[in-house]
Parts: sequence; structure tokens; C-alpha cells
Amino acid sequence: MYLHPEFETLSRSEIKDLQLKRLKDTVRHCMNSPFYRQRFADNNLTPEDICSLEDLQKIPFTTKQDLRDTYPFGMAAVPLEKCTRLHSSSGTTGNPTVILHTEKDLQEWAKAVARCLYMVGLRPNDVFQNTSGYGMFTGGLGFQYGAEHLGMLTVPAAAGNTKRQLKFITDFGTTAIHAIPSYAARLHEVMESMGIDPARDTKLKTLVIGAEPHSEAQRKRIEEMLGVKAYNSFGMSEMCGPGVAFECTEQNGLHIWEDYYIVEIINPDTLEPVPDGEVGELVLTTLNREAMPLLRYRTRDLTRILPGECPCGRKHVRLDRMKGRSDDMIILKGVNIFPIQIETVLLQFPELATDYLITLETVDSNDEMTIEVELNQLFTDDYARLQSLTRDITRVIKDEILVTPRVKLLPKGSLPQSEGKAVRVRDLRKPY
Amino acid sequence: MTIHQLSIFIENKAGTLQKVLDLLSEAGIQLIASTIADTVEYGIYRIICSEPTRAYTCLKEAGISVSLSDVFAITLDNQPGRAAEAVRVLSSEGIGITYMYSFLLGDKGILVFRTDNAERTRECIILNRLSFVAEKDLSTLI
Repeated sequence: MYLHPEFETLSRSEIKDLQLKRLKDTVRHCMNSPFYRQRFADNNLTPEDICSLEDLQKIPFTTKQDLRDTYPFGMAAVPLEKCTRLHSSSGTTGNPTVILHTEKDLQEWAKAVARCLYMVGLRPNDVFQNTSGYGMFTGGLGFQYGAEHLGMLTVPAAAGNTKRQLKFITDFGTTAIHAIPSYAARLHEVMESMGIDPARDTKLKTLVIGAEPHSEAQRKRIEEMLGVKAYNSFGMSEMCGPGVAFECTEQNGLHIWEDYYIVEIINPDTLEPVPDGEVGELVLTTLNREAMPLLRYRTRDLTRILPGECPCGRKHVRLDRMKGRSDDMIILKGVNIFPIQIETVLLQFPELATDYLITLETVDSNDEMTIEVELNQLFTDDYARLQSLTRDITRVIKDEILVTPRVKLLPKGSLPQSEGKAVRVRDLRKPY
Repeated sequence: MTIHQLSIFIENKAGTLQKVLDLLSEAGIQLIASTIADTVEYGIYRIICSEPTRAYTCLKEAGISVSLSDVFAITLDNQPGRAAEAVRVLSSEGIGITYMYSFLLGDKGILVFRTDNAERTRECIILNRLSFVAEKDLSTLI
């Protein structure tokens, strides 16, 4: 039941010992990164100051802003010629972020993903279909390499074209799918319309869901609809991508691989650690990354460590479902979007006023974004020009955030005026 | 040769048209003609009225999205076929009509329209001796 028993069956004290050894190596290795060399010098720190896991607290946090400031290669701890892959965040607002990988990083990443998939019962005789977007989105290549490493027949179906997905599922005997939760619901919807019965016409048994917030009730719905077990996956591009934490067959919390990461949960306001079991911001330190080690990276994801031991026997701590974000990032269809990206686009249009409202809602089990924006003044009395303005705004936003919004023009002054901090995002998404 | 037209951008929501009309009523502005198309999300309410410049200022000050534009208005005898003749003058010259509305005033029909080429429209109107309404004539229309 373990793909890597040498790591998965470690006791707490063995995990701590391994973490300390790897932390010391990581901190030493960080001195090859221009960013961390400077950071340590600025704080009068040397790698020798890190002698225990508690000493980690001496190291300042690393933030997404640090990644932006060092764009593109300022974080790298190896020469660029040793790197074999680059992933970058979407968007052109400010600097995007870049994550570099060496060949070894990619292997370790694939191993971590494979460990997760093995943990939920997937084996080389399974057929794994990945409905993630490929390209820069790490859910694509991340699961591809992980599933291949495990030895499964892996179908890089990529996103969309639901009828084709269903043809693959039935023709190739797909047993496991990776999908964002809303897409799993969509698959079922199309199955119904095509008269496909998941139990009778497919071999589906496992679903891997992640990258999109969802509730336990939503998971149960998906499991019943498709007749599968659905397991939560957690990852982020800064930590390679998927494979950071994953549910075991207990489906109660996501084991985070502590041979890969040191986990801290902090209060995002005071930056102090929160007591065990309380919700706070997840902070991660990588323990085996070559190209871009990250020390105390603030993920902005809010969660907590589940107290107690997991009946599965693994001693790697479990994270609760993500409770939200400590920043204003929106996750729509698995894509990370910051409202500032949309605001920046809107500001390029002199026809528009500065107020806008982003609404996320579920329409026919599809999550959609509507952007309402006020016209600065009526620059035309021609419908055609208003329509072409709407089209232009939609296109430029799509280019920026990779999701097509519905853009709605409003007369000036019609958005609700807020007192104090403006409300820019309304999330009305429903469980399906 | 043209007259002022108010164009008001209104959200497709109950009460928005009322607000505009109330403002004009309070300002003592008289409507001569108006039109609005049904669209899904918003509409452009176009108005020919007395004192368009004052009406424009009054709406703008109330925070209404409004613009003042120039449109052509030609007067026709109230007889079958007159509108067809007038439009043929333009279409035979390859001038496109962006939008048009018409109304009756006394024994005259009035066609209000905008075209895709204002200069050539002016020429056409003059060369074909079409009778048009000028801004200063507006007050006499009422």
C-alpha cells in the first residue's frame, strides 16, 4: 500500500530527523541563489545559524512578491544550464512568477505525484485520463509525469471537448480521471445527455479533484453521480504543482509529504505560529528542490493541521480542506486570478469608469465570471460601438486571465457604492 | 442642417427610464420624439426635445450617462411613399443609415436618422432639395 515505504512509514521522530538534515542542506544550497544570499546577509544570518528545526523561525518569510521582484531568474540556486523546465504564472500584470526545475526536481515531483496516486489505490494496470489544461498549468504536466512514473497508461486528454473526453473514457477503459470538481459535474451532465451510464458503460473508479474550492457535500455528490471515489489533491506551482498534499483512502485530510516540505501554520496578520489545530496561513519550506528552493514560503492558503493520527498509519501530518485565501486571489475553473489583473485591463479603456464588480456564479453547473463595469460617459449613441467595446474588453481580459468573462456595461453610478473598502468580488457559486 | 439628439445609456432595469423622464419633467423639458430598442442588458434612449442643451446639462448633473449628438431630420408630406423616396436618395448614393425613427407632427411626417457618412448626407439633402429641420426650427415644431 506504500509506493515509498522508506518515507511513508517514518515515525514522527524519524521525520523530524530527516527534515533537519534536509533543511540544513537546503539552507546551504540556498546560498547559491542571489536572492537568498542577499536575504541572509541582510539579516546577519549564515547557514550555520540553522542548527535545529526551531531555528527555521530565524529565517524571514518568502512571498510571491519576492518571486515577482526577482523575475525571471533571480531565485535560481543552480546555473540556468542545469535547469530543464520552466513554469510561469499566467498574466502580464506586474511581473509574473517563474518556477525553475532541474531534471532531478522533475523526477522528485513525478515521484511525489506517483506516491499520491498509489496511495489511493492506483496501480500500473490503471488507465489515467488527465483533463487539466497542459502548458504552463502545472496540473497538466504534473499529473502526466506522475502517472507515467507510476506506470499507468496515461491519456493527456487536456481540458475541454467533453464528448471527446467521454469517447476516450469508454474506448480506452479509463479507470481514473483528474479533473477540477466543476468539470467532473460537467462530465456527468454530458454523460446523462448522451445516455452513458458511468457504472454500466465505463470502468471509472477513481477521481482526483483539486485546484478549485469545494465542500464535502460537493465531493459526495460527485462520487454518487459518477460512482467513483473522489480524492482531494493539493498543490501549487511554487511547490512544483500537484503532489504536495493528498488524501489517503480515509478521505479525511490531506497528508502533506514532510520529507518534501516543512509545514508551518501562521496567523497572517501577526505572522506568529497559531496553536495546533487552528486555522491559519500555510507556510512551506522545500526540502529537496535544486533549481529553486523556497524557505518559509507564504502560500496564502488558509487551512489547519488536523489533530490526531490517521488510521492509514502514515505519520505525515494532514491538512484540512483549504478554507480560503489570505489574499484576494480567485480560483475559477482551476485558474488562479487576481482582481488586480482585471482592474489593470479595465484601466486601459478610457471609455470606462474605475468602478467594477466581479461576480462568480454557477450557471448550468458551470462556473462563470461576470464583470460589470461602468461607462465613464456615453461616448457614442451607437449600439454597434458599445458591442465592439464589450468584445474588446472581453478579449483583452481573456488574454490576461485565460478565462472568458461575460462583460456587462453599466451606466455610471449604477454599481453599489461601498463604504470603506470597495467590494470588487462577489462569489455566488453554488454546490452542484 | 442637423438637430441635437440626447442619447441616454440606461440599464435594462425597472425604474431607470422613469428616473430620466422625471428629471426632464422637473426641468420643464418637452419631448418631441423618443425611441428605445429592446436589448438584453442595456438600452440607448434617444430623445428629440425642446432645449436639448439644457436637458443635456440637467441630466449630466444628475449623474446620467448621456451624450448630445447631431442627427438629420427631414420633413415629408404625409403621403404614402414619401419615406421610401427620401431613403432612396441616400441609398442610391451608397449611404448607410445607422438608425432611423419617424413621427408625425401636424400634417408633416418627420424622419430622424443618422448615417455612416454625414458629409455626403448633407450634400444629398441639398442636391435633392429635401426639406430638413434645423436646430432653430425645433422650438417652432412644438
